[in-house]
Amino acid sequence: MSLQDFINEAISPWMNTEGSDSDIVLSSRIRLARNFDYAAFPTSGEQESLIKVLEHMEKEYSNQSYNQFKQFHLVKMAELEPVQKRVLVEKHLISPHLAENNHTGAALISENEQASIMINEEDHLRLQLYYPGFELTKALETASQIDDWLEERTQYAFDEQRGYLTSCPTNVGTGLRASVMMHLPALTMTNKMNQIVPEINKLGLVVRGIYGEGSEALGQLFQVSNQITLGKSEEEIVEDLKSVVQQLIESERRAREWLLQQSGIQLEDRIFRSYGVLAHSRIIESKEASKCLSDVRLGIDLGYIKNVSKNILNELMVLTQPGFLQHYAQKALNPKERDAFRAHLIRERLQLEQY
Amino acid sequence: MMCQKCQEHEAAVHYKQVVNGEKQETHLCEGCAQEEGYMNFSDNGLSIHQFLTSMFPFDQSISQKQQVRRTEDAVCNKCGLSYQAFRRKGKFGCSNCYETFHPYLDPILKRVHSGNTTHVGKIPKKIGGNLHKQRELDQLRKQLEQLVQNENFEEAAPVRDQINKLKQELEEEREGGDQ
Ligand SMILES: [Zn+2]
Ligand SMILES: [Zn+2]
Repeated sequence: MSLQDFINEAISPWMNTEGSDSDIVLSSRIRLARNFDYAAFPTSGEQESLIKVLEHMEKEYSNQSYNQFKQFHLVKMAELEPVQKRVLVEKHLISPHLAENNHTGAALISENEQASIMINEEDHLRLQLYYPGFELTKALETASQIDDWLEERTQYAFDEQRGYLTSCPTNVGTGLRASVMMHLPALTMTNKMNQIVPEINKLGLVVRGIYGEGSEALGQLFQVSNQITLGKSEEEIVEDLKSVVQQLIESERRAREWLLQQSGIQLEDRIFRSYGVLAHSRIIESKEASKCLSDVRLGIDLGYIKNVSKNILNELMVLTQPGFLQHYAQKALNPKERDAFRAHLIRERLQLEQY
Repeated sequence: MMCQKCQEHEAAVHYKQVVNGEKQETHLCEGCAQEEGYMNFSDNGLSIHQFLTSMFPFDQSISQKQQVRRTEDAVCNKCGLSYQAFRRKGKFGCSNCYETFHPYLDPILKRVHSGNTTHVGKIPKKIGGNLHKQRELDQLRKQLEQLVQNENFEEAAPVRDQINKLKQELEEEREGGDQ
């Protein structure tokens, strides 16, 4: 397989389009949890009703089209190799939990991989919809339409007081989890995230970062999502999240300007060192790769680095995960081999940029 | 530090999050972190441990005896889940569990959802028009209250008319339903 073919397979088509504020917000996601009225939840372990749910979804929706999403294809967990599942997990199309359900687990995935409906995960249905950039309103609107399309042919478990009933009390009500993935290098470098995160938590939102050995978040990526699903409408939940994300975007932009003014040469040095590491190293662990990728992406956004596409951060964060590395290598790799292969893949990817 | 999950490899990913002011740390090796999906969009607002502790914070304070008596009778007759098992797992087994455990739910939901216990969002299309109309009525009443408070009587008049119309419709439907 050529690298270009591999990338085309690894990167979902929707990721190649650009959304609002995409210098800071990499993607937006809406997830809706829904259950059928007649069947016990997947958490009950009652197989018979889960088989019915799967059969219903297969019969009614497999290879069906919905508006811009074209066909939805059904993949059954029972029919996938472990490495295929891992690739779907790394592409965010299924969850690790669904991958473990080898009996009744399945997913309906749209052709452009923007929408995925997980079947018999923790709830009967978990619809996820992704948009590039900061597009929560559009994502909610579209997700709600797909939800109506799914409801047409079944009866949802719904209670007037509690709303959409879910396996877990943390999802009941709207069943909505709205999230954005943000790249916040300047707020991280200026140690502002430590102050900001507790403030955001007070508003009923959750911020997640991935931390390496140091104090900086891995890839300086943060996921911000709502925690509360009950007592607020879908629109309110999304508006509340949006206003916080908007403030974070503005703070990040100000911090970038400040960094440029205060320590332009140091910042430029850090960025180009990272670029050098990615372009020349022979062994690279995922945390170092994440840090360097984040620096290079910042370098592109600030105009230091030209001729490298912005997508490099999103793309290589996906491509250099173990499932994809082994898929590209077409064999199992131990952690040491992975580090060497990762370095090789990144060098090769950067060479594609130089024309 | 060893990986919390496999206890085999050195932990490489230290995952921190703060929920409602409480800090939680997870330490995993690279492989386990990938498996747990920490690099991906994570789906739950809370980790299961946090969630259970935030749901049932007074576990220890209830005497064993009391606890047993309170929960003996609460078993879902549809899926067989007992209240005790629900407390342990933190998950319902079916939609009927919400009915069965109704007396215990408000405090749990309040803790998880910042004091809220009632849904105000989307309503499935198939749930009769009644609930949709009831919602609309609630909205209009709020609107009217606001307008009257601001002494904006000109705009309040048509809102009041609309409320009366909806009320009448709802009443007619109710009478129709009783026959
Ligand atoms: Zn491990
Ligand atoms: Zn039940």
